[in-house]
Amino acid sequence: MLVASVGNVLVWAVWIVAAFACLGSGVAVVSFSNPFYSALALIGNLGSLAVLYLLLSSEFVAAAQVLVYAGAVMVMFLFVIAYVGPRTESPWAGGPSWQAVGAVLAAAALLVEIIVVIGLKAGGRLAHSHHVSGSFGSPSYVGRLFLSDHLLAFEITSIVLLVAAIGGVILGAHSRQAAGEVPPL
Amino acid sequence: MMGPGTAWYLSVAGFLFAVGSLGVLLRRNPLIVLLSLEIMLNGANLALITFARHLDNGDGQIFALAVMAVAASEVVVGLGLIVALNRKRVPLDVDRLSSLRG
Repeated sequence: MLVASVGNVLVWAVWIVAAFACLGSGVAVVSFSNPFYSALALIGNLGSLAVLYLLLSSEFVAAAQVLVYAGAVMVMFLFVIAYVGPRTESPWAGGPSWQAVGAVLAAAALLVEIIVVIGLKAGGRLAHSHHVSGSFGSPSYVGRLFLSDHLLAFEITSIVLLVAAIGGVILGAHSRQAAGEVPPL
Repeated sequence: MMGPGTAWYLSVAGFLFAVGSLGVLLRRNPLIVLLSLEIMLNGANLALITFARHLDNGDGQIFALAVMAVAASEVVVGLGLIVALNRKRVPLDVDRLSSLRG
């Protein structure tokens, strides 16, 4: 009993640290004026989200989150930010002030809407969650689901990634006209 | 489950989604708009994984992985667009990107 309560306190402590790191770095991403610092804050956000996934016993998704986002996506973000260069002349928020006020109001309305809908639709059923087995969220569990029940989603995901890679190459390549203007050596 | 219940995770997910939408609506730099979109997608992912754990059903995790792949694709195309804009000396400001003609 004592061990269970100590474990409970420990999980709560980890959850509080991860959740506040997640929310704080999310606010930091939106509020930094330099996109480089925003990208660094987003890496912290993704790392603390991976901790939350681990607490939800989703080990494979947590590992994929760190590998895909922090490993691949954010590196590409940082490269592009370094390529584009600092754009300090762009003001923090644009347009007249009523646009900023409208944006804040819209985001607050969205938050209230999410909370109200979840509270109304699922408020009574959230208290008792199922007990999961030890293999829940392990790579073999996710792999078995992916290759049996969700095979079509798996294949469509691969096609989406292929199309995105082709699109990235086309967008990143110089146009044919510009390539023809290279002077001969 | 030990520790905080499902509602706590869902409130974090909702707050992340709202913060991301605030960034998308408020900021002018398209790079930061893309970063805020990532926050929104991650908020949705956290809700999916929370419900997968709550219902002891792995489909939410599969959906979260698919969302991750779509987010990676979206970043590839978005950053490609930003690089193309930068090469054409178009100012990186979403208020001034009002014309689709190159």
